[in-house]
Amino acid sequence: MPEEKHVLTMLVDNKPGVLSRVVGLFSGRGFNIESLCVAETIDPLISRITVVTKATESGIEQIEKQLNKLINVIKLRKVSGPKSVQREMALIYVMAKNGQRAEILRIVDIFRGKIIDVGTDHFVIEVTGDEEKISAIINLLKPMGIKKISRTGIIALFR
Amino acid sequence: MEKMENRTLTGAQILMEILKSEGVDTIFGYPGGAVIDIYDALSKTDIRHILVRHEQGAVHAADGYSRASGRVGVCLVTSGPGATNTVTGIASAFMDSIPVVVLTGQVPTHLIGNDAFQEVDIVGITRSCTKHNYLVTKAEDLAGTLKEAFYLARSGRPGPVLVDIPKDIARTMVQFTMPEESNLKSYRPTYNPNIKQLQKIISLIEESEKPVIFAGGGVILSKGSKELTEFARKTKIPVTASLMGLGAFPGSDPLWLGMIGMHGTFRANMSVGACDLLIAIGVRFDDRVTGKTDSFAPNAKIVHIDIDPTSIRKNIPVSVPVVGDCRIALDQLNQMTGKADSGNITKKRQKWFNQINRWKITKPLSYKQKETIMPQYVIENLFNMTKGKAIVTTEVGQNQMWAAQYYHFDKPGHFITSGGLGCMGFGLPAAIGAQVACPGELVVDIAGDGSIQMNIQELATAVQYSLPVKVVILNNRYLGMVRQWQELFYDKRYSYTCMDHSPDFVKLAEAYGAVGLRATKPEEVVPVLKKGLNSDKTVIMDFHVEREENVYPMVPAGAPLTEMLLV
Repeated sequence: MPEEKHVLTMLVDNKPGVLSRVVGLFSGRGFNIESLCVAETIDPLISRITVVTKATESGIEQIEKQLNKLINVIKLRKVSGPKSVQREMALIYVMAKNGQRAEILRIVDIFRGKIIDVGTDHFVIEVTGDEEKISAIINLLKPMGIKKISRTGIIALFR
Repeated sequence: MEKMENRTLTGAQILMEILKSEGVDTIFGYPGGAVIDIYDALSKTDIRHILVRHEQGAVHAADGYSRASGRVGVCLVTSGPGATNTVTGIASAFMDSIPVVVLTGQVPTHLIGNDAFQEVDIVGITRSCTKHNYLVTKAEDLAGTLKEAFYLARSGRPGPVLVDIPKDIARTMVQFTMPEESNLKSYRPTYNPNIKQLQKIISLIEESEKPVIFAGGGVILSKGSKELTEFARKTKIPVTASLMGLGAFPGSDPLWLGMIGMHGTFRANMSVGACDLLIAIGVRFDDRVTGKTDSFAPNAKIVHIDIDPTSIRKNIPVSVPVVGDCRIALDQLNQMTGKADSGNITKKRQKWFNQINRWKITKPLSYKQKETIMPQYVIENLFNMTKGKAIVTTEVGQNQMWAAQYYHFDKPGHFITSGGLGCMGFGLPAAIGAQVACPGELVVDIAGDGSIQMNIQELATAVQYSLPVKVVILNNRYLGMVRQWQELFYDKRYSYTCMDHSPDFVKLAEAYGAVGLRATKPEEVVPVLKKGLNSDKTVIMDFHVEREENVYPMVPAGAPLTEMLLV
């Protein structure tokens, strides 16, 4: 059976060790994590975890059931379809030599990114979008020389 | 209730209040620095404390106590090594869904994370082998956490829950009010099955010509044996069970097929291979049950009833999934079946019964008598002499499989074995726990010479508390099950499975203050059993059995269930 990418979002108790239970479940049962994002919600007692995983159809059924079984997982949903919004942010440290700076600025502009740090030979770019958009700008900037990159992984909500 | 008023108590006293409110009458434990305050409070209560000789024994004993009594087992150990020693016991209880509450001491909160003396992160260590676990960081949280721990252990699919209590929490004075029953918004086990799904089962049964019921430990845990028996007899469906399900259905009933799986009976495995409807209740389709999953019950529609949704479709695709409590589901199925026209059903099933009977007659469980003592012969005689009424615990390996094959269980809670984890050293402490729970019953640990030595120190516990546990050692001076695999699949290369140097078990028993008996010839088996079983003391019976006897039938690992090696 082919593996597909799935985005899971869950509300969990905001307590020590809860993230470890979620992550430990993935590693202990041989599931994989492509990206992971965690932060408090508007209720300080509850956090939201967004996980991107690759799994077969029966694999994702087990993952969802096993996560639901964790005592600290309050609510779990698989995010997909037009009813959902998904975003990722990346910080890209790109080399910017004379002669390339204008080109980089144009690319950043097209992708509605922001320059958040400028040096004599580099920019740090902030860009937000869906996964394809982030991958696209990375591909365009690659020839200039990306020195460092930090991606948040996907966060998602239903409309 | 007068107890509801506020009082100021230490954490240790609060623990005692919660234990009393949960009806705990026995704790298996081992004291240490981090739990001195708890032990001090314990000594002022009526709760019985059984001092084991190793913390692993404490958890297995609590496990055995729980299985024999149907209640939550409790153990109490200190921090660090006390806590790590419980891990194997916890993992075994977890795999078999046994409700046990494990209380561990922890270093004082201000030292946590400092690599303090006898500090381990036991919550981190046991996260994946407990149903849930807690580190109590505030004395105010203690009462609620403990209540929740008991609730989680016994509800839904049961399992072990660990509560780690730092030493300063046990000493802190805090206002105490008895917490109300736990109500967790993220934990709502489904007890009542979907009626529409149950109706589908009824129609499938009506259509089916060759149905089989496959019962597991879930039937025993849900206390649904009576309902299962009624269901099977009403619908005239033959019953097999997993190792964990033995006793869920009477082993003396004509509908009984014997155990399924790697060492299941020929007729049980063949019946599952040929059936057109498999009604699986409270099972999880372990690989030791299914063999090669692709060819498991290949002609059958499979119905799967279980309280844990993760068990369903984990290993085997099913036609009708039912999430719910096994006992409730069976009870409703019985009501829906109404009054069975048994004459008609029997007629309809006749061909199927005839087929099963042919399997039974042509390939029964059997072994060849030799000049030496055959291990199966010992268990057959044990079964006959105890009239099948003993509570039997086992170690793990050949002894366990022969016990499962040759001792026939009519009632739940009478076969206590480490099924999922397959944990050697389980049987003796579990027997101690069972004997504490059922003082009037005959409790027998069927052991091998290898596994009995994994927790032999618990003999001292049995003798100290005058627990008349009987240990039957099937002594072949091998780690027999691994040797069997080496013989069959590794060209007889017996790599390190020969355990030629064991203590003299008779002298060892005597050294512990127990009775030691030995049989080396077949004609000595019955007299030794008679003498041992009639004693009111802790007894070790050392049977020197045929060294290279194998457990048959055997489905080689990964082979289809119907492809068995036979005697």
